[in-house]
Amino acid sequence: MDTTTSPVMTGAAAPSMVRRNGETIGFVIMVAALIVAPFFVYPLFLMQAMCFALFACAFNLLIGYGGLLSFGHALYFGWASYLAAHAAKVWGLTPELAILTGTATAAVFGLAAGSLAIRRQGIYFAMITLALAQMMYFVALRMKFTGGEDGIQAVPRGHLFGVIDLTNDMTMYVVVLVIFLAGFMLIYRIIHSPFGEVLKAIRENEPRAVSLGYKTERYKLIAFMLSATLAGVAGSTKAITMQIASLTDVNWPMSGEVVLMTLVGGLGTIFGPVVGAFVILFMQFKLSVVGEWVLVIQGVIFVTCVLLFRRGIVGEIAALFKR
Amino acid sequence: MPVEVDLILVTEGLTKDFAGFTAVGGVDLQVRRGTIHALIGPNGAGKTTCFNLLTKFLSPSSGRIVYNGRDITAMQPADVARLGLVRSFQISAVFPHMTVLENVRIALQRLKRGSSFDFWRSKSVLDEYNDRALSLIDDVGLSDYALANAVELPYGRKRALEIATTLALEPDMLLLDEPTAGMGHEDIARIADLIKRVAKNRTVLMVEHNLSVVADLSDTITVLTRGRVLAEGDYATVSNNPEVREAYMGVGHA
Ligand SMILES: Nc1ncnc2c1ncn2[C@@H]1O[C@H](COP(=O)(O)OP(=O)(O)O)[C@@H](O)[C@H]1O
Ligand SMILES: [Mg+2]
Repeated sequence: MDTTTSPVMTGAAAPSMVRRNGETIGFVIMVAALIVAPFFVYPLFLMQAMCFALFACAFNLLIGYGGLLSFGHALYFGWASYLAAHAAKVWGLTPELAILTGTATAAVFGLAAGSLAIRRQGIYFAMITLALAQMMYFVALRMKFTGGEDGIQAVPRGHLFGVIDLTNDMTMYVVVLVIFLAGFMLIYRIIHSPFGEVLKAIRENEPRAVSLGYKTERYKLIAFMLSATLAGVAGSTKAITMQIASLTDVNWPMSGEVVLMTLVGGLGTIFGPVVGAFVILFMQFKLSVVGEWVLVIQGVIFVTCVLLFRRGIVGEIAALFKR
Repeated sequence: MPVEVDLILVTEGLTKDFAGFTAVGGVDLQVRRGTIHALIGPNGAGKTTCFNLLTKFLSPSSGRIVYNGRDITAMQPADVARLGLVRSFQISAVFPHMTVLENVRIALQRLKRGSSFDFWRSKSVLDEYNDRALSLIDDVGLSDYALANAVELPYGRKRALEIATTLALEPDMLLLDEPTAGMGHEDIARIADLIKRVAKNRTVLMVEHNLSVVADLSDTITVLTRGRVLAEGDYATVSNNPEVREAYMGVGHA
């Protein structure tokens, strides 16, 4: 459109352009940091952090942009990691196919759980997602293939496409980075798609969206499935990278942790979950010497965020720039 | 011989019970195509409930709803909207943290793209609706606000935005629930004028408390009390009905 002839559209471009410029700068910084980071920080730590960052981004897609609080996202993360680990170790699939297997599992669970939960609102929605996740936790605990308390250990990283050996951490790092960035960009695209616009409208005022003729439940279900599937990508990638799938990843504290990461980083912001995931993991890593106290410290941070910095780290920074 | 009239909306014995309390009881409504039809009555008469029934936000306990010759009693609310019967809400219904332009565009998106779920496409494909959206926004006098978030608009402007959004769907019939409630004189005049304009080639059914607006705009008035139709007719007929004067006009409105 010719901006000189339409004063309104000239103005229209302004605020969204500021936002987009900020996002582009943020993205460049993030990519640059992730490229140089493995030369200074343990690659294993970074890879794990990227998996959690993608998990948190997937969760944020649902709560931050769809307004749906799932309190059972460990279900998709954890079960995807089991299936990916099993596929790689027992079926001998190549890592990309193992990750695909885990991801497909998460998608199916997402469809099933979403269909049940989506009809409920607010706290009831959260409770159903939690209940289903706990149910599937017990299934994981009881089933043979998950290895119960031991989990699935010594998962082979294998050869990507049957060719590239992933044993080397730096090679693995590149793969995880590519997966993370692809997932991140897909989420960005979903948020800024026609579908994302409808999702936003539903979050803002669902009855109104219905009265305009939108079948809101279908939109919410698809958002739920997308979120679960991407959580599955994260869980599968983590299982292959860390070479283990365990009960920790499928249990409710994991569902809580992803909420914490998202809140600390900034709910409903693009980069918030990434920052949140890195901050929380770094803390756990540094504070591992104090043992259980790390949970108390996390609790304090959680409460502080909710009370003082509701927008999270990224949200507060963005607000500073707007002023 | 009765004259053949073109009815767009007909209800037969429309009833809604809430746990034994009858909010709407056996309402027979007949709305002629191309008219402005007002639904009036004291608070709690069941007007909003009627709207919820007509747009399927509530299911009737009994009775039938026929729209454009089609029984819509068992339909989903989104499907009713797609047939061109679109409502507004008593409490202003905008998408607060979306701009005025985006508010209208979301309706255009539904009209033009149906319910596509294209999450892989950039939303810049929606820019092609900007011109149409801006012209709708201009129609309701909101040009200066196109880029403001809806939440920042004064109350009267929010109602105007709601109407613009509704009109974007090119509905055959509009249901407006108290479009002028809580407004000052100026806003009321503007909205009344707007309703008159948009009603030119469509049907409007509206709940309205402001009797001068009702007198000015409506072709037909249905008076509801305690969930039942008390009287029906044009303004002169209804306002001279002694029961109506007692039940409704006597109170508050001199
Ligand atoms: N969801 C509901 N549950 C129970 N009672 C309701 C509900 N909605 C409306 N009512 C009751 O039905 C009656 C009619 O309400 P309403 O249709 O909102 O009246 P009006 O719009 O004419 O002021 C009121 O007594 C109200 O309390
Ligand atoms: Mg009402």
